[in-house]
Amino acid sequence: MTDAPLPATAKAREKGRWERFRESDFFYAFKRSPVALVSFGVVSVLVLSAIFAPLIAPTNPFDPASLDLMNGFTPPMEPNAFTGSSFLMGTDDQGRDVFSTILYGMRISLFVGAAAVLFAMVLGIVMGLISGYFGGWADTVIMRVADVQLTFPSILVAMLIFGIAKGVTPIEYRDQMAIWVLILAIGLSDWVQFARVVRGATLVEKNKDYVAAARLIGRSPWAIMTRHILPNALSPVLVIATISLALAIIAEATLSFLGVGAPPTQPSLGTLIRIGQGFLFSGEWWILFFPACTLLALALSVNMLGDWLRDALNPRLR
Amino acid sequence: MTDPVLSIRDLCVEIPTRTGVVKPVDGVSYDIAKGEILGVVGESGAGKSMAGNAIIGLLNRPAHISGGEIWLNGHRIDTLKGDRVRRLRGKEIGMVFQDPLTSLNPLLSIGDQLAETMMTHLPISRAEAHNRAIAALKEVGIPGAAERIGSYPHEFSGGMRQRVVIALALCAEPSLVIADEPTTALDVSVQAQIISLLKQLCRERGTAIMLITHDMGVIAEAADRVAVMYAGRLAELGPVRDVLTQPQHPYTHGLMASTPLAAQKQRRLHQIPGAMPRLDQMPEGCAFHPRCPHAQEKCRHAPLPATATAGGRAACWFPLLAEAAQ
Amino acid sequence: MSAFVTVKGLTCVFDVSKPWLNRVLERRGKAFLTAVSDVDFQVEERTTYALVGESGSGKSTIGRMLVGLLRPSDGDVEIEGINLAREEDPAKVASVRAKIQMIFQDPYASLNPRWRVRDIITEPVLTQGGDLEGLAEKLLQQVGLHPSDAGKFPHEFSGGQRQRICIARALASQPRLIVCDEPTSALDVSVQAQVLNLMSDLKDELGLTYLLITHDLTVVRHMADRIGVLYLGRLVEEADPHSLFETPKHPYTQMLLDAAPRVDGFGREVPPPQGEIPDPINPPSGCTFHPRCPIATDICRRERPATRKVGNALVACHLAE
Repeated sequence: MTDAPLPATAKAREKGRWERFRESDFFYAFKRSPVALVSFGVVSVLVLSAIFAPLIAPTNPFDPASLDLMNGFTPPMEPNAFTGSSFLMGTDDQGRDVFSTILYGMRISLFVGAAAVLFAMVLGIVMGLISGYFGGWADTVIMRVADVQLTFPSILVAMLIFGIAKGVTPIEYRDQMAIWVLILAIGLSDWVQFARVVRGATLVEKNKDYVAAARLIGRSPWAIMTRHILPNALSPVLVIATISLALAIIAEATLSFLGVGAPPTQPSLGTLIRIGQGFLFSGEWWILFFPACTLLALALSVNMLGDWLRDALNPRLR
Repeated sequence: MTDPVLSIRDLCVEIPTRTGVVKPVDGVSYDIAKGEILGVVGESGAGKSMAGNAIIGLLNRPAHISGGEIWLNGHRIDTLKGDRVRRLRGKEIGMVFQDPLTSLNPLLSIGDQLAETMMTHLPISRAEAHNRAIAALKEVGIPGAAERIGSYPHEFSGGMRQRVVIALALCAEPSLVIADEPTTALDVSVQAQIISLLKQLCRERGTAIMLITHDMGVIAEAADRVAVMYAGRLAELGPVRDVLTQPQHPYTHGLMASTPLAAQKQRRLHQIPGAMPRLDQMPEGCAFHPRCPHAQEKCRHAPLPATATAGGRAACWFPLLAEAAQ
Repeated sequence: MSAFVTVKGLTCVFDVSKPWLNRVLERRGKAFLTAVSDVDFQVEERTTYALVGESGSGKSTIGRMLVGLLRPSDGDVEIEGINLAREEDPAKVASVRAKIQMIFQDPYASLNPRWRVRDIITEPVLTQGGDLEGLAEKLLQQVGLHPSDAGKFPHEFSGGQRQRICIARALASQPRLIVCDEPTSALDVSVQAQVLNLMSDLKDELGLTYLLITHDLTVVRHMADRIGVLYLGRLVEEADPHSLFETPKHPYTQMLLDAAPRVDGFGREVPPPQGEIPDPINPPSGCTFHPRCPIATDICRRERPATRKVGNALVACHLAE
């Protein structure tokens, strides 16, 4: 960017991003919304504890050396009959601390969810911009592909992609690749709504006179799309990204629950729930209950945050 | 003089915001007599539409009437609640908005809309309402009214749509019509047709019309009296010829001088320095003083004088007198 | 005096057909809208040429073709003897393009809300390459704003101030021709006076040429050196302001002048004009104004009138004298 020297007074009055954010109506609305504050709080706690899982978790559930089979099936908050150890959320059949597996599982869930949404977002934005700005054939092709994809449930699309990817990867890499295939599968099943929203916003923005002014001075279509149109189309993208994150986390859990997702060596919340449901009827409820509650809390709070964002960023509702 | 159709006294509208309460309408008083066209003129943000909406009870929350009184045909209406406001709105006050498309239901034929409105407010049968709807369309100059009664709003051109809106506003035989920028969205030639229609209806039916506009030319040609608003307050109120040719408020004077004339070419337009203050940054004293060439110490601090100071029409401490304005 | 801009036979036709499938199902052909039809005019250097017309007259379309935002369907636009649509040498096209700028009607839509004023104003120079240092501050001062406004965002300004920012952006690349598309229609009267005065001052100071596009006759009278009146995409009359306002030759010009409200027209009662602007997809035959014209005769319904000189004006009317 240009950085022309300014008189000292002018420089002092210019506000930085952070300061502008703190004075914005958006931040004001955020501070006054209990829903936003609570869901933001829950999300932050969960995300932070996932990031710092190695520091918080009492044991590393994937280090065979730290496991003791004798600790298996310990109910929560009760001392184990053989070893006398006590666990906050009990242990599973292998004697793994459920609390620790949840923390590590959340890492996988959040990573897969966030990466899939990021992938879908980038793909959707590029497709939406091209489709909306150029129109014509590019628009027709992209939007028809999107329409076709929308006629399938996204979990089916994800399973299809997952299946194809599994077929083409050599067997020895399968476990390593599983996470990345999962991200690709969920991301590809989710780009359509980003593309649609960005296309819609682009169609509106490209007819505004500031875009005409930019075309007039000979800026390239690429510069107009990225520098002019995209920044003005980002609010709805942010809303969709948040709601998509909740959906992606659930999609990942569903795939893992169905056994086509994260491998048991890197269990996500979905894998944990799949493992846990096998013990539900034999009385070891905690192995299912706590991972399920965590998934619920995570998906619900992210979703509520997304809903609130949509209301707060929608100028028509204010 | 007979009792006025509409009389508002000291009307205030407030909107609470994050940074405090703003007053888009602040102590406005005027009357409209039967068969009179009162022009309400001002620049954007002057509060002219907000005052109109307050009268008809169409203020959007959180905006609300915070003071003053509104009297319609001798009844106080600002204190009415719920259902009675709605009845009154359709029966006694007709509304014509800037954009005719938004005031018509796109899914109903215009005949149905007219008949529906009439049957809600007048004790007549459906057949009679139908006949009256045709008569109403004829009256506002829609050619082939009987054939077009089943048409939908999108089948009409902009000017014809505005005529339909006027027919709709008048069909319950209201005593007051509030026309908020009725011609702003129309072309010059169609604007002249609509203005002429409003004048004719006012004359024939004795309906009082409140004509809200920013266009001094429209005011001059259509209005009997004019209320000039500035920053939510009444700057000047009086017979249109007097106010426009011999303005007493420095704002009215500046406004007239900055309007380019078609009749002759001026070397340079007069300009009022600055811009209207934002509602949340209203200056103390007279709201116009930062832009006023005649402002004195008193204007900066003393609260505004009552609308009409002795012998004048302007809400100003130092109104321009006839000889000074020359 | 040399003609700075020459427009010859300019025509713009839009394809407003429904999608292919709808056309087949409804058995309809393609539909075309002739927005501008065979328009000729010249703009002398350092003058203001005004195009006046109501909606659908094609005035904005002409402006957009002039600056290169739209391609003419037919006809030529020559600026300093260079035909923008036909010229092969990209360097020449770029040099001409750099001399043309535009000011838009809606000051709220013509500034990118996410950009700082400094970046908005200097964008034309950024693309063409040039010295950006202190440029925004200098230009802001030139249009009557404070240099420190460069760091603010558009939403911090009123409509009139935004229009000043648009003017500053237009001036950044040191243009010689500015196309002003309804520059004051969205502004209040007192602010309009400020912007018009600023435009006059800049024209004198910088030797600018304006193409002023507007529907407001009072603005035209105040600003223009020559006026073209458009009706349904055709130039119906062209004259200097004095002749046009004192002795209008075309019945449409006469109608416009009569219909415009006047600040001194207290209680004026004139019979309002007849009819409305016809559908431009199916314009009337012959002279497009004939269904509304009080003096139309048979020939008006049959033949499109040629442009001819009557007194000081060029008029496209069979009956004007």
